[in-house]
Amino acid sequence: MKVNLSLNGAQRSAEAEPRTLLVDFIRTTLGLTGTHIGCDTSSCGACTVLLDGRPVKSCTLLAAQADGHNVTTVEGLADGAILHPVQEAFHTEHGLQCGFCTPGMMLVGAALLERNPAPSEEEIRWAISGNICRCTGYMNIVKAIRRAAGLGVEVHSEPVSTPTAGVA
Amino acid sequence: MAIAERPAIGGIGESVLRKEDARFIRGRGHYVDDIVLPNMLHMAILRSPHAHARIRSIDTAAAAAVPGVIAVVTGELMAQHNLAWMPTLSGDTQAVLATDKVRFQGQEVACVVAESKYIAEDAVGLIDVDYEPLQAVTTPQQALDAGAPVIRDDKGATDNHIYHWEAGDGPATEAAFARAAKVVSLSTHYPRCHPAPLETCGCVADVDSVTGKATIHMTSQAPHAHRTLFALVAGLPEQNIRIISPDIGGGFGNKVPIYPGYVVATAASLLLGRPVKWVEDRTENLISTGFARDYHMKGELALDADNRFIGLRVGLLSDNGAFFSDAQPSKFKAGLFHIVTGSYDIPAAHVVGDGAYTNKAPGGVAYRCSFRVTEASFLIERLVDTAAHELGVDAAELRMRNFIQPEAFPYRSATGFEYDSGDYPRAMQVALEALGYDELRREQAEKRTRGELMGIGVASFTEVVGAGKGRDYDIVGLRMFDSAELRVHPTGKAVLKLGVKSQGQGHETTFAQIVAEELGIPAADVAVEEGDTDNTPYGLGTYASRSTPVGGAATAMIARKLRDKGRQIAAHLFEADVADIEFERGRYWVKGSPGEVKTIQDVAFAAYSNIPEGMEAGLEGVHYYDPPNMTFPFGTYLVVVDVDRGTGVVKVRRVVAVDDCGVRINPMIVEGQIHGGLTEGFGIAFMELITFDAEGNCIGSTFMDYLLPTAWETPRFETFTTVTPSPHHPLGAKGVGESATVGSPAAYVNAVVDALAPYGVRNIDMPVTSDKVWAAMRGAGVTE
Repeated sequence: MKVNLSLNGAQRSAEAEPRTLLVDFIRTTLGLTGTHIGCDTSSCGACTVLLDGRPVKSCTLLAAQADGHNVTTVEGLADGAILHPVQEAFHTEHGLQCGFCTPGMMLVGAALLERNPAPSEEEIRWAISGNICRCTGYMNIVKAIRRAAGLGVEVHSEPVSTPTAGVA
Repeated sequence: MAIAERPAIGGIGESVLRKEDARFIRGRGHYVDDIVLPNMLHMAILRSPHAHARIRSIDTAAAAAVPGVIAVVTGELMAQHNLAWMPTLSGDTQAVLATDKVRFQGQEVACVVAESKYIAEDAVGLIDVDYEPLQAVTTPQQALDAGAPVIRDDKGATDNHIYHWEAGDGPATEAAFARAAKVVSLSTHYPRCHPAPLETCGCVADVDSVTGKATIHMTSQAPHAHRTLFALVAGLPEQNIRIISPDIGGGFGNKVPIYPGYVVATAASLLLGRPVKWVEDRTENLISTGFARDYHMKGELALDADNRFIGLRVGLLSDNGAFFSDAQPSKFKAGLFHIVTGSYDIPAAHVVGDGAYTNKAPGGVAYRCSFRVTEASFLIERLVDTAAHELGVDAAELRMRNFIQPEAFPYRSATGFEYDSGDYPRAMQVALEALGYDELRREQAEKRTRGELMGIGVASFTEVVGAGKGRDYDIVGLRMFDSAELRVHPTGKAVLKLGVKSQGQGHETTFAQIVAEELGIPAADVAVEEGDTDNTPYGLGTYASRSTPVGGAATAMIARKLRDKGRQIAAHLFEADVADIEFERGRYWVKGSPGEVKTIQDVAFAAYSNIPEGMEAGLEGVHYYDPPNMTFPFGTYLVVVDVDRGTGVVKVRRVVAVDDCGVRINPMIVEGQIHGGLTEGFGIAFMELITFDAEGNCIGSTFMDYLLPTAWETPRFETFTTVTPSPHHPLGAKGVGESATVGSPAAYVNAVVDALAPYGVRNIDMPVTSDKVWAAMRGAGVTE
């Protein structure tokens, strides 16, 4: 069958078997690999994309279900060379390590800020609770989303002594 | 000069933002599954539904007939190429594709190679295997029973015993126990869990049919060692093997072993002359690749009348699954478990361990841990808390009384390690003050009078990370050194190539910072390359927190060699004596004339344009660093919990973590590592469990059953630092990536047990789920 959708603002059209998962359609058929596959059971959120602005898990949607809709992937977050505030903030707040969950996390963060421009820490944690990060422990992700919202970043801890120079 | 006053070139101690972020935040990371090669085929694996069964026959005809299927590979075909079995990292053998029996649920039985992944999966479902089910063995106790079914009959084994291992001094320990005023014991099972990196394992194997060159893009934490293993296993000439480990979506030990999928995909590419991609799904990852822990442990601690620890006796029984494929140094059957004396001055210790085969997945990887250090640390820290509860003394005070004192370093432990440096009382003191320990103990006492359940958990871990030295530590004979190659270009920009391999740790940033510190070339001007064996010097890879202790030291050493060559070039430029050349942060000058400098960039250009007579041109070199000892990071973690008497729900109220990993190269990245480890430790303590039913069916085979912490349940962390440099590391640094996974599970569990201790509860095995807490409460007479 033919699937027509708007991907990051550009109209795309391609053949797909009816059983094709949206994540495979995006990654393999359309060739955008920023959307990742982590679990196949919609538990981890590595495959999160925005469908008409709402976060969805593209491993449990068929490509056919996105027919006629607007899909945004991580590749569509930046405006040309200008990064989305969430992208900037993930970098500044060290909100990523291996980078595998990062596209999904950033898309959820961006979607949250669209509907709630000043979320509390609790609201951020709830919003990203469908996305698993194995590296960061989430604190810096929360900070990053708050920073992207232009909110103050709470300092959770301070070192009691600073590194000394090498000894050898 | 204090660091803060130095020019910000991204040297040691600066929280430089990460270079690698640029691609990840744009969705431009390049992971194995992102690789698409012309003409590429896709492979899927048929796995055993049984834990233990004899294979009577395999019928592949229906699968082979599916349009788009190119080949169906069975163990029989692999055997024709002598590849049905492969060696493991622990000197055992492991089936690549089963020929005689299947020995765990999820074992690889056959593979389909097809034009698409959908077709390959379809055809896998059409392979018909006739199994004769056998009795499954699912616990090591069962495995060692006389008359238990023998799992490894392929080896001619007559029982399921794998190894016996001892450390320490038996008679001295018995003598200590004989004169003890008090003996405290604890039996616990550190359950089977799984590293579960968000990216599963996989590869794209591409064997050139003309040249025979095998390029294998794979999720590898140790690409060089894997190249050598491929050469040894497959008999391929090593110069014709190129392992490329691209961006890795988390490893945590899961990507240290070689898995059958890599071997079959490579063989298929060789036979078919086309690239073959294999990427496992999550269930395959959880049921067949490297699990962690599964140690049954009994610890006994002997104390004198002053509550000083005088002896430690430990018995271990490890469940290694169907093949002994623990990823650890060859000579260490129970890894570095002998760190079990921990942070305490215990004069006598004796550890006895045995391993058993079971019908469960093999692996035994160190899930964010340095070779069984996590199990050891958990046991001693739980045991010390048990002692505190039994003796009615404060858990922090008991530790303070028994710590190895700062002046005792280097300290030789009763099990044979030489601890490099530490200041345990200070880390404890910082933690107690940060938490407000005394106040919280008062609050706890008050709550207890009202019947409220509040607990404070203490853990003061010591780790051992950064193997080798090479003489003692090797992986299948390869000594555990590591390497760095540094090339400074004429314009003073540099490329650093490493034998280690980041899986998210931020090597592109931190290793550039080491060069910045040592040579004065700004970190922004140093490109770091890793993971491609054709393009980087040999190394043993990244696991066991060894990148900074070994690869970081190699980087410092090669930078210093180039700095010294630069000194000679500077002397030539100044027409001065080399002995009179001074250097600091990228500037050379003649003693007494600090106003006139040659920068490292000037010197680099001269290395290619104006060198002294007789000197080799260029400014580059490679250093292979064999550490004189391992490093011993440490810290104190404190956890406060509130437990609901009605439901057993545990709420983690506070987590205070004091970590001492010596000199911190990039404090931001170090703190990020600690956050991650505290979270994985939280998951292990409260949520993560791979378990099996009596037939050996794996329960915990998806993320709907194998529960990982999300942002919602993960606590907030309060992190603090002390700095006790390693005396033998060139930068004074120790490893840090695993400290928090090693140290924190005991702190979390200690907190829960502490809440219930007044009722006589002494242990709840992990994961400490609400139902177990509820059962422990009811068993102890705690009512709603």
